[in-house]
Parts: sequence; structure tokens; C-alpha cells
Amino acid sequence: MKLLLEPSTQTRNDGIFRLLTIVAASFILLIMILLFIELLSNSWLSLEKFGLQFLLTNVWDPVRQEFGALSSLYGTLVSTLIAMLIAVPLSLVIALFLVEMAPPMVSKFFGMAIELLAAIPSIIYGMWGLFVLAPLMAKYVQPFLQKISGNLFLFKGPPMGIGMFTAGIILAIMVLPFISSVMREVFLMVPNVVKESAVGMGATTWEMVKVMVRYGIQGMIGATFIGLSRAIGETMAVTFVIGNSHSISTSLFAPANSITATLANEFTEASEPVYLSALVELSLLLFVVTFIIQMVSQLWLKRVQKRMGVQ
Amino acid sequence: MKERSERSRIYLDITVRLFSAFSALFGLVILIWILTVVILRGISAINWEFFTELPTPPGMGGGGLANAILGTVIITVVATFISVPFGLLAGVYLSEFGGQSKFAQNVRFLTNILMGTPSIIIGIFVYTMLVRPFGHFSGYAGSVALAILMFPLVTRTTEDILQLVPNALRESALALGMPRWKVTINVVFRAAKKGLITGIILSVARISGETAPLLFTALNSPYWPTNFTDSTANLTVTIFNYAMSPYEDWQKAAWGASFLITFAVLITTLMVRYLVREKHGK
Repeated sequence: MKLLLEPSTQTRNDGIFRLLTIVAASFILLIMILLFIELLSNSWLSLEKFGLQFLLTNVWDPVRQEFGALSSLYGTLVSTLIAMLIAVPLSLVIALFLVEMAPPMVSKFFGMAIELLAAIPSIIYGMWGLFVLAPLMAKYVQPFLQKISGNLFLFKGPPMGIGMFTAGIILAIMVLPFISSVMREVFLMVPNVVKESAVGMGATTWEMVKVMVRYGIQGMIGATFIGLSRAIGETMAVTFVIGNSHSISTSLFAPANSITATLANEFTEASEPVYLSALVELSLLLFVVTFIIQMVSQLWLKRVQKRMGVQ
Repeated sequence: MKERSERSRIYLDITVRLFSAFSALFGLVILIWILTVVILRGISAINWEFFTELPTPPGMGGGGLANAILGTVIITVVATFISVPFGLLAGVYLSEFGGQSKFAQNVRFLTNILMGTPSIIIGIFVYTMLVRPFGHFSGYAGSVALAILMFPLVTRTTEDILQLVPNALRESALALGMPRWKVTINVVFRAAKKGLITGIILSVARISGETAPLLFTALNSPYWPTNFTDSTANLTVTIFNYAMSPYEDWQKAAWGASFLITFAVLITTLMVRYLVREKHGK
């Protein structure tokens, strides 16, 4: 009797356990679906009222209940662009240093330092940016840039320290560890044969690296995408330093806004349904954009890994 | 192909080498700079009252952030208790049952995407689900927001670590007639115990410094966190509010809170990393 019973209870328990794990895994799907539905339904009011104008006009008037998010979109775009322009080349050479140049102990030490940059909470970057970096920018860096560029339109206006430029620099520092760690992996994936043949031809280290870059270019594009989606979604540090102004200026020194900074600053103040709905629409936009970037970069990196793994 | 003289090639090489060494140094300098600023400005705000007293209005002096410290601990612990069971089970599914099935691949894909979703979006999502319908901010909502952020982290690390357990171990236990669930809990989990704990601690460290998801959920409060169904004090939102205020003593307290949170996160991260390396070394 016992012998007959036991296997069946065991199979039943096994079934229950398996089911539990499937339910837990389904929660990921559930969260993603709910997230999309909630954001969509809560921004419906604004979607209906403003339509495409929401993305194309720059009015942000909670009193008259008119909303067009162009200044926030512009701010996110420009601050991210500055960040990527600084962070991508810097990450490339840092990865290069860690993989190809530094002796193992040095590489380990620097690698850890760069990784720790990623562990510092975003709000601490905000504190440092607002109270330490911004005054330095206002006093030294911005006047210097104005002087050497001959008052170029990008650097016009009073040097206040806060604004798009400072936000871009802080973002660059924050995404640096993420990009350089993927770049490092890409460098490590390059087969030794490729490196050895370059060196065997008499190439210098830099020339060998150029061959490696050509070999791993797709992986590096993937790394850039990962940094991009980090930079777009970064909130607290940007909110501290971007200046919080709904105006579009060609000068990078002018106070501006980004999607995330607008959300962080205004969400709890939004009492009117349309105002709230407009803010949720901004977050929906952010969600869709980061979703697409993440999706593309994941598929892309998977393809690269497969291709490089086969060889 | 452009011809270049031997000398210019070598100069270019040296320039690039120097540039890349300086860039790595730049990363290190920024890290040290931030940490030094946080220590120098933070440590002067830290005293006995900082850990034991409630905050005072600006200009009064004294007071501390005891309520915010306690609130952050409670919110984080509750978030951990919500997300760890789900994360572990989902990780077990991906590693032990899912394999390369379509469903498992989709789950994996979405786990990665959720991991990269900006945390402020999770805050707004929880606001629309748990704050707006009930009409008030709450500590629970804050915990749920952090739990959603932590869920994919735990799932991913669990899967990665269970994958490291050799299959021979599973097969020998199964061959002895052990049912699958017992194999997973008694054999696979036990073999991977250290890695799992490491993964969970790292995830907790990651989320405990988060601000954006708490802004619209737990909000903040100047009182003790006695009622978890109402807005709950926490360190990170306090830093944000205090830093943005024009009062010098509040800004000082914000630096104190920054010091506390930065070093709690960094020391935990470093210690856990060290333990892992120790394990691999042996």
C-alpha cells in the first residue's frame, strides 16, 4: 500500500512545486503587461486631449491645463547625447586599458573602482553634482569654454553651473561603468589569433586595438545601447542639476528639463486629472523608448555572442 | 592604405596608451572625489542625536533622522521579503524547468527588460496601482515598488548561480529516487547557498539607495514610521527634500544621510564581493 501511495504523492508534490515556479515566473509577464496597461489607461485623458501635439509643442501650463512636452523631450535627448559623446570613447579606452595594457593587479584594482562607481546611488551623484561640481563648472569650466570658443551659441548665457551641460557630464560618469564593462567583455571575446596576427605583422598596440575594434564593433554598438537606455532613464542626478525650466535654449549652459526631472519634480504636485495624465503620458513615452532600446540591444548582443562564439 | 613613418606610429601608440591610462585614472579620481566629499561633509552631521532623534524644523538646530533611518530599513526589509520568494522560484523555473522553451525565453527576455526599466517608471506604476485608488501614500506602496525593482535582480542571479551547480549532483540525487522538488531544495539550493545569499544581499544593496520609486509611493514624513499605511519617512527622499531646501542645517543633514547610505551600500557591496572571491580562491 505504502509503495503504491508514495510515488503518486511525490509526483503530486513535484507538480505543485513546478507549478509554483511557473506562477512566480509568470509574475514577470504580469508586471510588464500591467505596467503597460496602467500607464496607457492613466494617460488616456492626455493622449485624447493633446494627441500628437503633446510631442510637438512646448507649452507647460498647469493653470490653463495646456501641455506639450517638447522641452522635456529635447532635454532628455540633448543631455543623453552629451553623455554618450563623452562616455562612449572614454569607456572604450578604459576597457582597452583594463584588458590590454594594465598588469593584472592594476587592472583588477581599476576595474573594481570603475564598478564601484556603478554602486553609488543616483541621489549621491545628485548631491555631488549640485553642491560640488556645479559651483566648479560655474566658476572655472564654463567661463573657460566661453572664452576659448569665442562665445559660441552653445555656450552662451551666464555660467550658472546647473543646466544641460553639467547634467550631461554627470550622466556620462554614471553610464561609464555600464558601457565599459560590456566593452571589456567584447575585447575579451576577440580570439587571440586575431590579436597575434596583428602583432605578428608588426602592429603597435594601438594598431592591434583597431583590428580588435573592427572585429568587435557590433558588440560595442550593443554596449552603447545599454548605456543609452541607462542615461535616458536616469532620474535623481539629473533632477538635481538640470535646472528645472520648461524652456528650450540652444545654449547648453541654460537651465533645462528632462522627462525624468519633470516627473520627479512635478508628479506629487499634480492635482488636476489632466496634469497628472500628461505626466503619466511622459512616463509611458519613457517606458516605450527604453523598452525598445533594451529589446534591440538584447537581440543585438545575443546575435553578436552567437556569431563570435561560433568562430 | 596610408603610409606612416615608423616614428609617427610609435608616437601615436604612446599617446593612445597614455590617454587610456589617464581615462582609467579619471574614473578612480571621480570615485575618490565623490567619496571624500561625502565623508567630509557627512561626518560632521553625524552624532548620537542623528540616530536617535526626530528631525527638527529648519533653524532650530539639533534633531536627527532616526525616523528616516528606521523607515528605510523597514521599507527595504519588507520589499526583500516580498521579492525574494518570487525571485527564487522564478529563478528555479528558469534554471531547472524552463530550459530553452518559448515561455522561459520570453520570461528571461522580459526579466532583462524589467531590470533596465527606469526606476521612476516603477514608482509611477505603483502610484497608479496602490496610491491613487486608496487616496493616500503608504510605506507598503514604497515596499512594493522596491520589490518590483528587486524581483528581476533576484531572478537573474538565482538562475545564473543554479546553472553553476553541476548536473551530476542533480542526476545522482534523482537516481536515488528523490523527487524533483526535494532535489532542488535539499541538494541544488544547498550547493548554491553561498552564491544565492550573495546575490540577494547585492540586490538589497542595489535597491536600498533608490530614490525615484519612493518619491510617489512612500513619500516622506517627519514622524516615526508607526503607520505603514501612511506616508513613511525614508532616507533617500529626505536627502532629496533637504538638499533642495534653502536651509543650511537641512542641507547638512542631507549630507549626513548621504554618508550613511553611500557607505552602507558600498561596504556591503565590497564585503560580499570579497567573500565571493575568497570562495572562488579556495
